[in-house]
Amino acid sequence: MPQTLYDKIWQAHDVGQRIDGNSLLYIDLQLLHEVTSPQAFEGLQLASRPLWRVDANLATPDHNVPTDGRELGLSGITDEVALTQVLTLDDNCKKFGVEQFDIQDVRQGIVHVVGPEQGATLPGMTIVCGDSHTSTHGAFAALAQGVGTSEVEHVMATQCLVQNKAKNFAVDISGKLAPHVTAKDLVLAIIGRLGTAGATGHTIEYRGQAIRDLSMEGRMTLCNMSIEAGARAGLVAVDDTTIDYCKGRPFAPKGEVWDKAVAYWRTLVSDDDAVFDSVMRIDAADIAPQVSWGTSPEMVCGIDDRVPDPEAMQDAIQAESAGHALKYMDLQPGQRIIDIKVDRVFIGSCTNARIEDLRAAAAAIQGGHIADNVKEALVVPGSGLVKAQAEKEGLADIFTQAGFLWRAAGCSMCLGMNPDQLGEGEHCASTSNRNFEGRQGYRGRTHLVSPAMAAAAAVAGHFVDVRETN
Amino acid sequence: MDSFTQLEGMTAPLDRANVDTDQIIPKQYLKSIKRTGFGDYLFDAWRFLDQGTMGMTPNERQINREFVLNLPQYQGASILLARDNFGCGSSREHAVWALKEFGFRAVIAPSFADIFFGNCFKNGVLPIVLDAKVVEGLIAKSDGKFTLHIDLKSQTVSDGECVYDFTIAPALKQKMLNGMDDIDMTLEEVDLIKIFEAKHKASQPWLFRG
Repeated sequence: MPQTLYDKIWQAHDVGQRIDGNSLLYIDLQLLHEVTSPQAFEGLQLASRPLWRVDANLATPDHNVPTDGRELGLSGITDEVALTQVLTLDDNCKKFGVEQFDIQDVRQGIVHVVGPEQGATLPGMTIVCGDSHTSTHGAFAALAQGVGTSEVEHVMATQCLVQNKAKNFAVDISGKLAPHVTAKDLVLAIIGRLGTAGATGHTIEYRGQAIRDLSMEGRMTLCNMSIEAGARAGLVAVDDTTIDYCKGRPFAPKGEVWDKAVAYWRTLVSDDDAVFDSVMRIDAADIAPQVSWGTSPEMVCGIDDRVPDPEAMQDAIQAESAGHALKYMDLQPGQRIIDIKVDRVFIGSCTNARIEDLRAAAAAIQGGHIADNVKEALVVPGSGLVKAQAEKEGLADIFTQAGFLWRAAGCSMCLGMNPDQLGEGEHCASTSNRNFEGRQGYRGRTHLVSPAMAAAAAVAGHFVDVRETN
Repeated sequence: MDSFTQLEGMTAPLDRANVDTDQIIPKQYLKSIKRTGFGDYLFDAWRFLDQGTMGMTPNERQINREFVLNLPQYQGASILLARDNFGCGSSREHAVWALKEFGFRAVIAPSFADIFFGNCFKNGVLPIVLDAKVVEGLIAKSDGKFTLHIDLKSQTVSDGECVYDFTIAPALKQKMLNGMDDIDMTLEEVDLIKIFEAKHKASQPWLFRG
């Protein structure tokens, strides 16, 4: 029977199906960070259970680490509660023998940037992490899912997840993206059409010419936000782009084993006649740079659009949600997106903090300087290695000369667990993934955009169409 | 894990769709290394008018008197009625820990986000999916005196007049009824996992670094 890519990875990890229909799914890699692992490690210790496979775990602190004063190491963390959490990760990794890139390691960074960068993420793997953006790793044709802390502990203790197989959803993107329209715009447009629960219960496979044309960085951005459409996992099939990216990375296989691995990875594509439970088709050429206007990632439109009118919406619940959102965002129906002023700019997060993102953002500055009304523009690389690379390429200088703050790696203002937060009522052009109420700071107002759109907004002081300014 | 068999309780209506886990428990409280201590911060930005930090008690806070869970008639509610896609966004299990500690043992909604739904079953909180129209009706009836009887064994929710059936995966039902521990259950299959692992290692040796 023809299989989808998801079917193939599932089958290769299915330990066995129970009478009740659930399967035990074997997990190849668990990524750990400081926020969702302490309770799991504690549970393991309380029950005197060992870690099933030490080498299947990799840890780094990312969520609450400060992005300045990194040279101070642990003493740079002034928030005592946050420090305790980082120290707890250090202790647990030592106690259980888990490899960790600690706060002073150049390889430290956002787990979803670090895994691929190190080659710890490989095609065909099953990956979990106590973080919903684990879907990022699907870019490598790896079945990667976010899990709660109880499941983190379950995988620590058993190397398995108990799971029901999800349905298959094909998102088929034909054609070519217009210049300056990126994977971020593409995924926001997809979420805008699917809705925030549109792919609940499904694994998405992104297919079509526009996906094949994306770099690995672009594919990671795309898969990263699958959860924003309700899907626990998103996938892109293996091709030369995937294999070229993995080659030579520290954790990737070498020599004969590499050849054997590549031969297997080449099979990680959906069969031609595979059947999907749902299909959505979009022509890439129709997509404009996107800007979110509301408090859910589905509340998004093109840069040349206007803020929608809730009263014109057919669905009563949708209209009510939009009404709430506009009040929270302090926006008026019919207002032009380009007229929205920005107070802060954040370039970073597991969605958009890779080298390609920083290159695109730096290019969009075009010799300009952040506008007077922009209080702060932060650039937070996804890892210490991305930071070093950007400095080597001169990108850091471009940012700092333009008035941006150049920081050390971490999740930073994507969720504002560290000191990088929005002030009350501030509008932020953000390359992150969630525009939920208060996500980036108490009563802060987030607009999700691509790195180029964020940088261009920083210079203009309001949203602009990068197709026209570049 | 706590078992769940029956629940007789008052309902509180949360009349919003797509309630995300950032709303259920905001990020500043995720710095804890414990599973407890989150109840005071449930729906923090909606329940309070000031910005909270970890360690603050509700007595020190400015209460939002208009928010539904602060209305006097809903004090002591143990069943939360919600709209579509409840629990979307972040995978933080802290959201379920907060709901439970606040006093909710069941959430009834037309649909839930996947990760949140799974997290409920790890903590003895029962998420029940009922038709949107039925939920609408229950929300309309929730006046602070309105109670529901949930019986997991018969998979029913009743309000004294009407009885609504709900579906639940048999495995999840058994687990909740008996309060079974997932890890204990899986470790009963330790031999099966080891056999699989050996085969897996032989076919994809590059996945094993040790």
